[in-house]
Amino acid sequence: MSLLPLVGFTGPSIDWWALLPQIILLGAALLILLVSALAPQRTSISFATATTVCASVTAWIVAFGLWNDIKKEGPSASIASALAIDGFSIFFTMLVLIALTITALLAHSYLGREGIDPPEFHALLLCSAAGAMVMASANDLIVIFLGLEALSIGLYVMIAMHARRPEAREAAMKYFVLGAFSSAFLLYGIALTYGSTGSTNLIHIRDYLDAVVFRDEHLLMAAMALLLVGFSFKVAAAPFHFWAPDVYQGAPSPVTGWMASIAKAAGFAALLRIFFAAFANYDADWSPIVAVLAVLTLLVGAVMAILQNDVKRMLAFSSVSHAGYVLVAVQSASASGTSAALFYLFTYTFMVLGTFAIVGAMGTDGEHPLDRYSGLGRSRPVLAMTFTILLLAQAGVPLTSGFVGKFQVIAAAVEDRGYVLAAVAMLSAVISAFMYLRIVMAMYVADDEVEGPSPKLHWTVSVVLIGVTGFTLLIGIVPQFLIELAEDAVPVLIRG
Amino acid sequence: MIELLSAQSGPAFPVLNAIIIVPALGALVVVLLPNSRPEMMRPIGAIFSSIAAAMSLYVMAQFSSHDPGFQFESIQSWIPALGINWHVGVDGISLWLVVLTGLITPIVLLGVDPHHDPKPYTAWLLLLQAGSFGAFLSLDLFLFFVMFEIVLVPMYMLIGGWGYDDRRYAATKFFLYTMAGSALMLVAIVSVATLSAGDQGITFNVIELAQRQALSTNTARWCFLAFALAFVIKVPIFPVHTWLPDAHTQAPTAGSVVLAAVMLKLGTYGLLRFGLYLFPEASVWSAPTLATLGVIGVVYGAVVATMQKDLKRLVAYSSVAHMGFIVLGIFAFTTQSLEGGVLQMVNHGLSTGALFLLVGMLYERRKTRAIEELSGIQSAAPIFAGFFTIVMLSSIGVPGLNGFVGEFLILIGSYDTRRWWTIIAATGVILAALYLLWAYQRVFHGEPTPADEATPDLTLREGLILAPFVVGIVFLGVYPKPVLDRIEPAVNELIAHIENHSDYERPNPADPVVVDHNQSSKDDH
Repeated sequence: MSLLPLVGFTGPSIDWWALLPQIILLGAALLILLVSALAPQRTSISFATATTVCASVTAWIVAFGLWNDIKKEGPSASIASALAIDGFSIFFTMLVLIALTITALLAHSYLGREGIDPPEFHALLLCSAAGAMVMASANDLIVIFLGLEALSIGLYVMIAMHARRPEAREAAMKYFVLGAFSSAFLLYGIALTYGSTGSTNLIHIRDYLDAVVFRDEHLLMAAMALLLVGFSFKVAAAPFHFWAPDVYQGAPSPVTGWMASIAKAAGFAALLRIFFAAFANYDADWSPIVAVLAVLTLLVGAVMAILQNDVKRMLAFSSVSHAGYVLVAVQSASASGTSAALFYLFTYTFMVLGTFAIVGAMGTDGEHPLDRYSGLGRSRPVLAMTFTILLLAQAGVPLTSGFVGKFQVIAAAVEDRGYVLAAVAMLSAVISAFMYLRIVMAMYVADDEVEGPSPKLHWTVSVVLIGVTGFTLLIGIVPQFLIELAEDAVPVLIRG
Repeated sequence: MIELLSAQSGPAFPVLNAIIIVPALGALVVVLLPNSRPEMMRPIGAIFSSIAAAMSLYVMAQFSSHDPGFQFESIQSWIPALGINWHVGVDGISLWLVVLTGLITPIVLLGVDPHHDPKPYTAWLLLLQAGSFGAFLSLDLFLFFVMFEIVLVPMYMLIGGWGYDDRRYAATKFFLYTMAGSALMLVAIVSVATLSAGDQGITFNVIELAQRQALSTNTARWCFLAFALAFVIKVPIFPVHTWLPDAHTQAPTAGSVVLAAVMLKLGTYGLLRFGLYLFPEASVWSAPTLATLGVIGVVYGAVVATMQKDLKRLVAYSSVAHMGFIVLGIFAFTTQSLEGGVLQMVNHGLSTGALFLLVGMLYERRKTRAIEELSGIQSAAPIFAGFFTIVMLSSIGVPGLNGFVGEFLILIGSYDTRRWWTIIAATGVILAALYLLWAYQRVFHGEPTPADEATPDLTLREGLILAPFVVGIVFLGVYPKPVLDRIEPAVNELIAHIENHSDYERPNPADPVVVDHNQSSKDDH
């Protein structure tokens, strides 16, 4: 220990308190793995779930404390400015932890029902969550990449967890290959950024770009383009979305929910911090490209969604279309746009996790035809109504959080004079609405002889559904506090 | 300062908020009732709905007929981060629509049997009532949009859950058409609020935005078009009316009644309150086009109605024709035409609502609505035929009944500013007589078949349900003055507002309404 100073190495000061959420998650992951390796009999899945939920709640309490510290003392950076501890990172940390709790509960019922109960699943989930949190708080391109890999590698295995099903293996393979592909783009973008600015640290990049006027910007432009492509893969933005339907369909439903919510949110977190904060001076260059991506993503997602007959594929394309909304907010390159994106991601996480909770409860086969929902309104009215609320929220119907999210995105676009973009976004909402209504109609309008499905809901799923639906309606009616939260979470670059 | 004081010393009980909240609360109560008592659902729903109706009558009674502005105003901060308030108020234009919404819902709730699932049926109808109240009362653009969109969900569920064979198609079409219209309106709402912000800060307050008139001519026209599209689809005006016949035909009777009586009015009301009031110059600019579309609707709706084989579809197309009249009245910008337009909204609610109820009752008896399968009903069910005759005559616009007053005011008011439009629209009155009388002749006269002979007459309960409609129809036909007295100040205020903010001038300066105009413009300064 004390040898290091002797050889002249002084480590950077580390704010352990600020790293505690990540440490708790990784500790819990290790605990689960150790117990399952050392315990004489098979470790029960309940232990893994309980550990995950406890770790997540503890980490959430710590994160809440950090949030209050930041409000009092202002943001700070740690580990030689590699990690930022600001409202932005804590906002995402809290979001990831909520999603982690929900996914752990959903996975509990899913894995138990399918008879695959390796405790590794929860360990991987914890690592993946820690990766997402690192990604959101990273202040350095390399650290962002580390977080991204931690997030993705856990996901590759989780997707293939249902090893008996060929679709799951296919999905994992697809996600792995394309994930590696996008990582390559990202790394190349990082390398070119380093080449043009001389640093991978976002603060240094920003300082350099503030101070220097390039005679030849091509290298930086190429770097931004490659970074954008890499992140577009991760958040499933068109035209880099082709993996999404297959992977969403093949993956176990709780994992699909995790991908659609947190993998996307973490991708956007990194995208926002790099582009909104570090490349802020060059928004005239990247904002139009993001706008084009947004239009493509909105329209491709909406149009392709209505052409599907498989519910999981429909929802996969709808998730593409939702990424388009966030991109509309991102392209405005303003504080209000960024807080709109944060609000949208926060509320969308709840909706999409709830949606895939129901999809998971309705069956696990590779195919998930719409017919499966026929008559659900008659056989399980409460479940059908819950699903309807979550779907209408995604369609952006008022009095749900989805509407407030869309409203803020539209407001951010209009403030930026992006009328056409706002109109396209709203039209794509109408197109998507057709798809959501198809599912709703399937549940409520069925021939009289159809005996509706009657899925058994594990209590964990019921708890999750009550929570997410309540939240979706609550934010739809009184969104004020979440809007304020998102406004406080706009990223800042801290020099320190 | 005076405004501020009067706002604080306003009525202690926020009756308009209660009007919106009580039915919504009722829906919640109904949902929480145990499933084992299905017969309790509709009576309990009707109680909540009737409380709201009673409050709407209280508002009507307390409404000051001399005040052209908004009364019973109530503002609560809702989402301060976005400058959004819960802001409601009522004026002469919205008053009667509120009363109509209040009275129609308990009547259909009690009067129309859903046959299955009474609990969600009751809850959706109550939510529909709450949302419609909200849409007519809101003075905040965001709140209005929320209410305007949220009413789609209950109606969609009513069509989908209790409709006829093709309900899936009709419900989805209904939802998507309206949502497509309002999609651009949301962009326009945000644009208006953002661009009018200036130094005074962002607001969605309709009164405030109408006074600021901060948009450039071109921008205001674009925004007006986005608003108008939403409302034109809702009205509906030719050529975006195609959702209406499907929705009406497939909807259950209660859905059809509320759709015709209340929800279509959201379109014409929206044109008045948000189109004309927020964008006076753009309204004048677009008036020839919209009036033309209205007149096309009058003639087209009537011609197509004549050809219908299904009685309910016929009534639906007659709606297109009647709503076309209202649009013509709105875009003629004279006191009489606007008064007639507002009154005709109520008239159409009464007569078409009652027609849908009657067609529904006929369907209950015969399980068919095909005109050719019915004949000679009059001899088997004379009381039914009597009710049908009165309502039909009101819809045709026969003097002495309400339809005449509204149509006459619209025609006489529009003649000054839109002569040729009015002349063509007047043929719609004749066509209405043609299709309704012809249908009546085929269904009620002629030789009854054995099935027709067995058609039972109205029960007492059905008679009691129809009675309020008939009372309204006759009362408004004979003595519309109390209603018009309350509409007129608000309408004059609106026209004065248009004159202030555009180059439009009322055609007849000798008209006594100019006195009001001067007074109100003095108040403005």
